[in-house]
Amino acid sequence: MSADRQNDADACMWDELISLLSMKDATTRTVMLGVGSLGVACGIVGCLTVLRRRALMADAVAHAALPGVCVSYLLLGERELGALLLGAMIFGLIASGLIAAMRGRTTVKDDAIIAVVIGVSFAVGIVLLKSIQNTPGGNKSGLDGFIFGKAASMARAEALTVAAVSAALLVLVFSQFKVIRLVTFDPAFAKALGLRVRLIDLLIISMVCVCTVVGLPAVGALMIVALMIIPAVTARSWTDRLSTMLVLAGAVGGIGAVGGTALSASVRTPDGSSLPVGPTIVLTIAAVCIVSLIVSPRRGVLAGWLRQRRARREMMAERVSERARAGPLAVTTAQETNDPGARP
Amino acid sequence: MSPAALDTNVAVEIHDLTVAYDRKPVLWDVDLSIPSGVLCAVIGPNGAGKSTLIKAALGLLSVLSGRVWFFGEELNAVRRRLGYVPQRESVDWDFPVSVRDVVMMGRAGVTGVFGRSRPKDVEVVEQSLRQVGLSEFGDRQIGQLSGGQQQRVFLARALAQEADLYFMDEPFAGVDASTERAIVDVLKALRERGKTVVAVHHDLQTVPEYFDHAVLLNTRLIASGPVNEVFTRENLQRTYGPRLTVLEEAGEAMARAREARPS
Repeated sequence: MSADRQNDADACMWDELISLLSMKDATTRTVMLGVGSLGVACGIVGCLTVLRRRALMADAVAHAALPGVCVSYLLLGERELGALLLGAMIFGLIASGLIAAMRGRTTVKDDAIIAVVIGVSFAVGIVLLKSIQNTPGGNKSGLDGFIFGKAASMARAEALTVAAVSAALLVLVFSQFKVIRLVTFDPAFAKALGLRVRLIDLLIISMVCVCTVVGLPAVGALMIVALMIIPAVTARSWTDRLSTMLVLAGAVGGIGAVGGTALSASVRTPDGSSLPVGPTIVLTIAAVCIVSLIVSPRRGVLAGWLRQRRARREMMAERVSERARAGPLAVTTAQETNDPGARP
Repeated sequence: MSPAALDTNVAVEIHDLTVAYDRKPVLWDVDLSIPSGVLCAVIGPNGAGKSTLIKAALGLLSVLSGRVWFFGEELNAVRRRLGYVPQRESVDWDFPVSVRDVVMMGRAGVTGVFGRSRPKDVEVVEQSLRQVGLSEFGDRQIGQLSGGQQQRVFLARALAQEADLYFMDEPFAGVDASTERAIVDVLKALRERGKTVVAVHHDLQTVPEYFDHAVLLNTRLIASGPVNEVFTRENLQRTYGPRLTVLEEAGEAMARAREARPS
């Protein structure tokens, strides 16, 4: 490939990216509305999941959605989106209930329980999927799209549903902000105040289910949890306030999803096909996250390293001047170097 | 209901309380009452059920049997009069919330969680912060505080509850001498205003100095009453078993307390 042709290809890519982001085309607008609002909702719900230490639980819920979709297809015999998503929702809640039950009744540790539930639900999902594909018409069910997602084929009604659901989640989270914050921070205290902690926990896990379900056709069961957790982690590195964190995570999720979709449509693989949407979204958000974790001023790796270096230098300087004051015969003792009053 | 349970001068009245985790009883048939207006220490060895007693009383755990009254009433009728200081390790201190926000959580039981905070709430929060010496730290994220300061945040949150009866789970655990002093001052101020405090306490040496009432616990109730009556060598031996070091320390404390209060 000559340099000129390479340049042409690059220019073409940029043109396409810009035209996609300016959203002149109706199909583009539909897809962008869908993935954008999905990103916002996932980012916000993800914050609550991360802070309540339910990230893995959310992953299990997402994996359980797959057999849920298959079971409702088998029961109905056709691809009726509402019913499929209802199935996903029910199975997600069953998975979280199962985890809670095993936690209370067995001696198996949390992470092991969740790993088992993730693996088993996915296995059940694949077995069901294969048997559906072997039935007449099963090939056209399009259910395999629920594994990795097919955002590019999002219909207008679907996008509007996602947008409506996201708006509802937003209203719910911000109207119940104080209760949710109290329960996520200190459930025991909340319970002592007479608040219904279990109800709020159920609300949070239900919101995870809803996000999974509306995101399933677009991003798929395997990656939806990344769309929740990564924006939350990114936002946390920039702020110490929950309200700001929610807004930031929503923004990172929304903008990342739109940007990732545009990227996936404009970047071509060598054989001329476009990149898959779901993974491109996840990679876009992940890139923002990695940069944030490194450069964020207070919690970043870089800032931590600089802080440590400065502290070490100051301590060295202090030690040298202390020795100089004490005179040449001073001997360093353990007491001098280890100040018991200093906090680690 | 027994007549004692209806007595509003009794801050806490517990009948037949039995709690078990799995198959092992943690509290066995505990009956006790704590009068109002006292600072009460709950003492006993590790695993004796001290924290469980507090949590069960506040309805945070399911119990096998037992009933609890506060000022002669059931829990749900008096929740607003109860304050709670959980163990410091029970929460994630990296949570994105400021000191002031945490203390404001104490107002949730008063104002409700749905309403906006009123000027009165803001005033109470600032006053609580001042009382524990954290006024300047209101805007800090809670993870940027020392352990002792974090303990004081929890205390300030309980103060903001404006309760009549406070349950504190190891308020002195892992704090430095100055924070311990600050907490003791707060406790004494509460007692002066007629409030009742029930605190899980580990340091036997300071029991006679800080508290006037004690509950000695080792799964079963060993003794409960004024410190000068129940904080005896015999009761401590029944609570802790014949472990000399603990008893010697307690003995010294008792001797010191007697010298300080020549009667």
